[in-house]
Amino acid sequence: MSRQMTGADMVVQALKDQGVEVIFGYPGGAVLPIYDAIFQQNDIRHILVRHEQAAIHMAEGYARSTGKPGCALVTSGPGATNAVTGLTDALMDSIPLVVFSGQVPTFMIGTDGFQEADTVGITRPCTKHNWLVKDTDKLAETIHQAFHVATSGRPGPVLIDLPKDVQFATGTYTGPKQANTSNYQPKVKGDIEAITKLVELIETAERPIFYTGGGVVNSGPAASQLMCELVDATGFPITSTLMGLGSYPASGKHWLGMLGMHGLYEANLAMHDCDLMINLGARFDDRITGRVSDFSPKSTKVHVDIDASSINKIVRVDLPIVGDVGHVLEDVLKVWKARGRKVNKEGLAKWWAKIDGWKKVKCLAYTGSETVIKPQYALERLEALTKGRDRYITTEVGQHQMWAAQFLGFEAPNRWMTSGGLGTMGYGFPASIGVQIAHPDALVINVAGEASWLMNMQEMGTATQFRTPVKQFILNNERLGMVRQWQDLLHGGRYSQSWSESLPDFVKLAEAFGWKGIMVSDPKDLDDAILEMINHDGPVLFDCLVEKHENCFPMIPSGKPHNEMLLAADAAAFTSGAALV
Amino acid sequence: MAALNIKKGATSHSAYDLRDFHSEVERSHTLAVVVDNEAGVLARVIGLFSGRGYNIDSLTVAEIDHKGHRSRITIVTRGTMAVIDQIKAQLGRIVPVHQVIDLTTEAQPVERELALFKVAGTGEKRVEALRLADIFRANVVDSTLESFVFEITGTPDKIDAFAELMRPLGLVDVARTGVAALPRGAA
Repeated sequence: MSRQMTGADMVVQALKDQGVEVIFGYPGGAVLPIYDAIFQQNDIRHILVRHEQAAIHMAEGYARSTGKPGCALVTSGPGATNAVTGLTDALMDSIPLVVFSGQVPTFMIGTDGFQEADTVGITRPCTKHNWLVKDTDKLAETIHQAFHVATSGRPGPVLIDLPKDVQFATGTYTGPKQANTSNYQPKVKGDIEAITKLVELIETAERPIFYTGGGVVNSGPAASQLMCELVDATGFPITSTLMGLGSYPASGKHWLGMLGMHGLYEANLAMHDCDLMINLGARFDDRITGRVSDFSPKSTKVHVDIDASSINKIVRVDLPIVGDVGHVLEDVLKVWKARGRKVNKEGLAKWWAKIDGWKKVKCLAYTGSETVIKPQYALERLEALTKGRDRYITTEVGQHQMWAAQFLGFEAPNRWMTSGGLGTMGYGFPASIGVQIAHPDALVINVAGEASWLMNMQEMGTATQFRTPVKQFILNNERLGMVRQWQDLLHGGRYSQSWSESLPDFVKLAEAFGWKGIMVSDPKDLDDAILEMINHDGPVLFDCLVEKHENCFPMIPSGKPHNEMLLAADAAAFTSGAALV
Repeated sequence: MAALNIKKGATSHSAYDLRDFHSEVERSHTLAVVVDNEAGVLARVIGLFSGRGYNIDSLTVAEIDHKGHRSRITIVTRGTMAVIDQIKAQLGRIVPVHQVIDLTTEAQPVERELALFKVAGTGEKRVEALRLADIFRANVVDSTLESFVFEITGTPDKIDAFAELMRPLGLVDVARTGVAALPRGAA
């Protein structure tokens, strides 16, 4: 079934055929034909943002909370360059996005035309793949290929650059089924011989641990279910990276909490002392490993990853399995069950006894206060008062992000959206709007710091316009808390440029945009204020004034191994000397 | 676990690959990369090398299948075995890349390079240049009364050696194509 239509109509048609319901964007000269096509239909909802970076983060929030690819539309030149941070963020965290950018007409490319930028050149290193479409007849097929590339294998953002004359011209539309996607078919099944080896290791390990990451979430809910089944059936402890939180429930019996730089003591110590490490869809990031030469020195390491380039990139592993986590786990369970569901019970009992000893350290303990709200306390109350609800949490980047990861429990995947790899301040607020657009009736909370939050505060208008009742839970310490913490621990307490001067009155700011503003500073008022936030049917700006000098512990100083963690109690004795990466 | 004969610890060998990944010895590797000949594909490959801090010693590109729009990129790079494996994996995930072969490890490759040498001079030096060119089986592709342009093919080492000999005889300019390589044998 081939049809003639303009390039602009093809974009809309292809989006419909791909099942897209929402696109986040901002118009401009080079995308006017597409905006005209959007105007004349009602199937695809367009969310008008206030800045293109936010459009990408919203699409990320949408994608991460639904498992579907997120879509965005930006104009040429500044529209495209503004999208670069979001694209890089999505690339680092493996989020499937399809982004359309306008471009000057093909005959003007290279002439330094108005709002011209070399968009495919600029976005080449920050997309999984990108295309400049010069022929309207190839446009539809390119869009279908783009969706295929964004969502297959290790997901990631892709960009299609569309010159204005290609949008105006008429061509033949190709449907998704006719589009050729055969040249990109990543392997999803793991090598069965390697999987059998893994099962043998599972059967005999004395001190095993599952180390899981964003790959489990990306593989889909079935992968999380299979993983929970394997974890609970083997009785092995499980820890997760920041990206993987929720794939195993925080209330689960075998959960050790997050690992890494600000991970839990028991999780990091178990990683250090284990004899079998099973990495499922994580990538040995430097925030996880600490000093690589001392990383888990006594373990046999197994790495399951869909991206072959993740294997042996940082840590040399003993048993690599290239494949999709879900597919591999299905085979692991099948083989393990067929061989009689064996584990080393005696070894495991001793291992858990050791882990329970580490848990007694109570690494998240902090000194409470009756006069000032401690940020940890604020999150404990937020957790208590929202527990049991189907709750979606986004975050900005910094101390509040780490506290949120430590103090909030996630029971299901796709409920936790945070900028892990790139660490993009300003991510959380637009991401929360994207999540709320996908889940209009859910409780969506962005746990933020005041400095991060200000980076994309212009999106207040978007939230008001589209009636997204997002809750902005700002832990306001009037500081760039994590920068301040490093300056405190490593730069002799010289707080260079790390305080938030001239902050707005957040309550008035909220009211100016038609939001509800709540300010709270007394711990006694906190519960009522949180309930007021949750119960308000509309966006809320929650200004929670917290302790200004609180540091986030535990902490593995950069360049130190896992067993040299700093706990809150050790911090005073800590002398600088760790690498500053 | 000992029964599996997998040595423990981050410095152990892989259970499957017996090559010495931990060798810190850097050596030259010739990689063949088969790609779709589409706009920007070379920029993707080169961008990967510069973006991740790998070196390119030599680069040769041309379309080898006009109907299928396939190009072959031959890259000579240096690194430890671990770095070369990482380069291969990184190249392999570029969408228009079809195949990456480490010719140095997987085959004993035939490697050839073509070069043009312009040598200017008169008298005994000119005669000597011509005599050496003959020994190296270089062809004269342009000549004036004061100069020759020699065309030579061979391994990069042979071309280096020829350049050394031409330098004192009036070498003016050199153009080299970079290495083209194929595995030996029927496959």
